[in-house]
Amino acid sequence: MDDRILLAHGSGGVLSHELVRDVFVRRFANPVLNDLGDAAVLDQLPPGRMALTTDSYVVQPIFFPGGDIGTLAVCGTVNDLAVAGATPLFLSAGFILEEGLSLETLERVVHSMAAMAQEAGVQIITGDTKVVESGAADELFINTAGVGIVPPGVDLAPANLRPGDVLLVNGTVGDHGIAVMIQREGMDFSSALQSDCAPLNGLIARVLDAAPGAVRCMRDATRGGLATVLNEWAEAGVGIEIEEAAIPVREEVRAACEFLGLDPLYAANEGKVVVATAPEAADAALAALRAHPLGHDAAVIGRVTEEHAGHVALRTPYGARRVLLMLTGAQLPRIC
Amino acid sequence: MKFIDEFRNPALARRLVEQITREAQAYGAQARDGRGPVRLMEFCGGHTHAIFRFGLRQMLAPHVELHSGPGCPVCVTAAADLDRAIALAEIPGVILATFGDMVRVPGGHGTLQDARARGADVRIVYSPLDALQAARQNLERPVVFLGIGFETTAPTIAAALVQAETEDLPNFSVLSLHKLTPPAMRAILDAGEVALDGIVGPGHVSAVIGSEAWNFLPREYRIPCAISGFEPLDILGAVAALVHAAVMDDPTVVNAYGRGVSPQGNQVAQRMMDRVFEIGPAEWRGFGSVPASGLTLRETFAHRDAARLFPVEIEPAEEPPGCRCGEVLRGVITPTECPLFRRVCSPRNPIGPCMVSSEGACAAYYKYGEETPE
Repeated sequence: MDDRILLAHGSGGVLSHELVRDVFVRRFANPVLNDLGDAAVLDQLPPGRMALTTDSYVVQPIFFPGGDIGTLAVCGTVNDLAVAGATPLFLSAGFILEEGLSLETLERVVHSMAAMAQEAGVQIITGDTKVVESGAADELFINTAGVGIVPPGVDLAPANLRPGDVLLVNGTVGDHGIAVMIQREGMDFSSALQSDCAPLNGLIARVLDAAPGAVRCMRDATRGGLATVLNEWAEAGVGIEIEEAAIPVREEVRAACEFLGLDPLYAANEGKVVVATAPEAADAALAALRAHPLGHDAAVIGRVTEEHAGHVALRTPYGARRVLLMLTGAQLPRIC
Repeated sequence: MKFIDEFRNPALARRLVEQITREAQAYGAQARDGRGPVRLMEFCGGHTHAIFRFGLRQMLAPHVELHSGPGCPVCVTAAADLDRAIALAEIPGVILATFGDMVRVPGGHGTLQDARARGADVRIVYSPLDALQAARQNLERPVVFLGIGFETTAPTIAAALVQAETEDLPNFSVLSLHKLTPPAMRAILDAGEVALDGIVGPGHVSAVIGSEAWNFLPREYRIPCAISGFEPLDILGAVAALVHAAVMDDPTVVNAYGRGVSPQGNQVAQRMMDRVFEIGPAEWRGFGSVPASGLTLRETFAHRDAARLFPVEIEPAEEPPGCRCGEVLRGVITPTECPLFRRVCSPRNPIGPCMVSSEGACAAYYKYGEETPE
């Protein structure tokens, strides 16, 4: 096989078949995919409500410390299902490849996806590949859709939030956004900062088990960061108050943000979930988070309030209180 | 984080606030001449943002008032100068390199972003050295760097110009809109529109020009000045010094940012500026023309002066109707007193520059709006 992607790889001919067989099916191997039918046909699903989600991944650079576009494509979709309370089961994977992409790059990405799918316990059961002319895409784009089942009795939504509810996060915020930014801008920070990209379904299942019926709502804090999730929740008609000093932020992230004039509360995460629980279940939820490898640094960061509905207030370490807004525009490094 | 956490210690901050409040109360109690709170102005937009971010205004109220000053280089760039930059960017072949904030600032006739949408080659850079690099890579095209900023950015832009000379780069030039901070402070005090008991002096600017550059404040205006860094304890330390000076009626310049600022400043940077620039009048948004407040290129650098290389005709610029950025910049009103604030003017739809810039007072009031709706 040629070591670069050609337009013919997307033509449906011999090269397409070889690519599907030697790269995708070999890596993602499972009984449903191996059939290579036009549609994946699933056996009886477990009881519960079905959850369906889709997301497209266009990150640049495609390889970054702690992950790549493939790990993101699996984790992002798995996490979207998991925070809805669903057990993720199956994914689809659609690839848009730029003509000239090295096959080795594609193999690395597909390998990451397979490894991450295995870690998350999901199967990639159907897919598609298109090749576009050089310049019409930036190396490769991936779309994944995911199917999961929400077990009976689980119902997570911002509408469930009640004054007094406790807000938790499973660890340090801003790692992914700042790691990618440092890599993209070629900034020579001598730090080993890595993206936090990880599948959260295992951790989330533990929390749901530890606080049965008491978890109100969950959201993965991806684009727009923690501040955006909290603002979206406040829009459901409650007030939210958080303690700045309680929010875990990695030392390297704080330093990079200080240096660049950015705010870690708005930086993207790919392995962080914000959890709201009834007050009496907060301790159990926190313990469950901390007992999981992806939740060592978990912390209680604030609570839902009756006052200032629709707004997020942040209490600074000095006792002052200010509004934490939704991000407007991009965060720009300071100029003087 | 080393060198940061030490200056953010909440317990020390509270103690400083208690001390400040005690002294400021005593000052306010000397009521026979109608004294109220101690009124201070932080010159620098970086200070305004730090003050809001850490909630210092709330902690100091009501006995100390902090007013935002004109220290935002993007904000004080005159609309006409911006129009000139836009006209320059629209000359076929020209690459205009600029700091990011500038592209969204409205001039009299649109923004650089609009010009870019019409096909002008406007590039955002993080450093003048990036603009030099663009010049090296596009030798057949003129690369103009939009030189805005105070004494903080001017030395690096001077260094870029010297570097272009050394490399004999024929196509690199600068449109110098640099401004000097002490003359702006004078302009505010001379106008007499705001009564002030002290000035929080800019930290980064003073690192270049030195604390002695502010001696005129106590000497000529009997107003104390405390130069401050950008961490909470830096700012509170400076405020404490100013309140004390006001109470004692003993105006001096206090350098509360000793780890960054020396009496004479950074003389290497000063020499670099002096080699490339000369002082002349400058147009400030909100102030009009201020004598001896700007930096233009010296005759020896005339061949790198975009203003001379590309003379462009521009129509007289008008400020956007209703926009009160000028008064905000002079400290006459706070952003919330502007009728456009939050109703029409927001970071998504900025009417004036103070809402665009990451150092603008309106952007700080908007972003960190401390009045939590109940």
